[in-house]
Amino acid sequence: MNWDWNAVADFMPHFWDGLLVTLEILVLGSLISFVLGLVWALLSRLPSRWVRWPVGAVTEFVRNTPLLVQLFFLFYVLPEWGLTFSALTTGVIGIGLHYSTYTMQVYRAGIEAVPAGQWEAATALNLPRLRTWTAVILPQAVRRVVPALGNYVISMLKDTPLLMAITVLEMLGEARLFSQQNFHFTEPLTVIGVAFVVISYLASLLLRTLERRLVP
Amino acid sequence: MSLDTRDTDPRPGTGPERHTRELVRLEQVSKRFGDRTVLDRLDFSVDAGKHVTLIGPSGSGKTTILRLLMTLAKPDEGTITVDGRTLYPAPEKQVREIRKNIGMVFQQFNLFPNMSVLRNITEAPVTVLGMSKDAAEERARELLELVGLSEHLDKRPGQLSGGQQQRVAIARALAMRPQVLLLDEVTSALDPELVAGVLDVLRDIARSTDITMLCVTHEMNFARDISDQVLMFDSGRVIEAGPPEKIFSDPEHDRTREFLSAVL
Repeated sequence: MNWDWNAVADFMPHFWDGLLVTLEILVLGSLISFVLGLVWALLSRLPSRWVRWPVGAVTEFVRNTPLLVQLFFLFYVLPEWGLTFSALTTGVIGIGLHYSTYTMQVYRAGIEAVPAGQWEAATALNLPRLRTWTAVILPQAVRRVVPALGNYVISMLKDTPLLMAITVLEMLGEARLFSQQNFHFTEPLTVIGVAFVVISYLASLLLRTLERRLVP
Repeated sequence: MSLDTRDTDPRPGTGPERHTRELVRLEQVSKRFGDRTVLDRLDFSVDAGKHVTLIGPSGSGKTTILRLLMTLAKPDEGTITVDGRTLYPAPEKQVREIRKNIGMVFQQFNLFPNMSVLRNITEAPVTVLGMSKDAAEERARELLELVGLSEHLDKRPGQLSGGQQQRVAIARALAMRPQVLLLDEVTSALDPELVAGVLDVLRDIARSTDITMLCVTHEMNFARDISDQVLMFDSGRVIEAGPPEKIFSDPEHDRTREFLSAVL
């Protein structure tokens, strides 16, 4: 195996492009999964089964089918229905939607972990339902679930290369393109491998700081 | 069985009309959990301004009565009225309206850990009663002074001792100016040395306000001090009722005697 620093140098401009895309996917995908997961969790607690049942069915379906299949579906089937997005937008929506079905479970556990006494105190003070959620229950639930949400962010990071399959040039896509054009495989793959480790590590550091702040 | 307090202990300073107004009434109320009947066709009423203590062995239904009144549980049968208006059965809107007049202090305090002490107290007056933030905070400061915690208003509940938390919870309930205050074993979760502080605050409130109190407690000395009437519960029924002097020194019922000798 020959290690060629020149190849590394040649790859770097492409690497930065890929890194930017990977981070974009990660940040936007996480935001979608955080918000949408909370929406699922709240909808699945509504008294009406006409809401709960479809939400349960859709999220079960999404959680139990492979992300890659979903990405293909969004990228190749939606345009047939007249919905066309860029590859990156499709990928971000796909990964965010997929992960929202996991974060939903996290939120659900967090909400259920708020002691019944909190609900009772809110009733005793006659707080309106919405206010009970926004001022009492969710602040406590969300605080509890930050560590678990963070683990899904790191998990999502490792799924970002799947977007290569729908032509998004994130880190792995850039590395592959570079390899095919220059016949250097070791260098670009090593560089992005290191980059994944570094991003994971930084994310977990950030997470630990957040956790220390939020979890009493 | 009707348990009016009409003819007992007209406290000085309360007009005849005031102390005979019936504020809370339960009629033929039953509550079952599975096969277990916790309350069995209970009739019972409390007059405005009175302090009524419910005593009896655990599982005898005392706490359930408070929970029914606070609408934390629903009776299986019967009606509940507060100040002449029906709390159960009633539409949600009416329940909300009547519930404004009822406050509760819990065994486990149930303060909101994500809010400061001050905001625990102002949250409901602002969002439910529509008080201005300033007015609510001023009232909260007064109440914190009353319960002796003025210097802790910016702290989180988690930074306070159990006894301090319970005193905040009392202030929080009072901030809503309820007509009826429900006290559910408010000292049971406290370390022994912290009990006195909480009971002193409650004695103070009992003495200085005309709030109606319904109190479930195992603190018999406290019950003797503050109560106008004591109700002895057993297996979901009131087996004996009377002024504290009578119940504590000369109970009529064997079960009451057994219970008192076990706890005193």
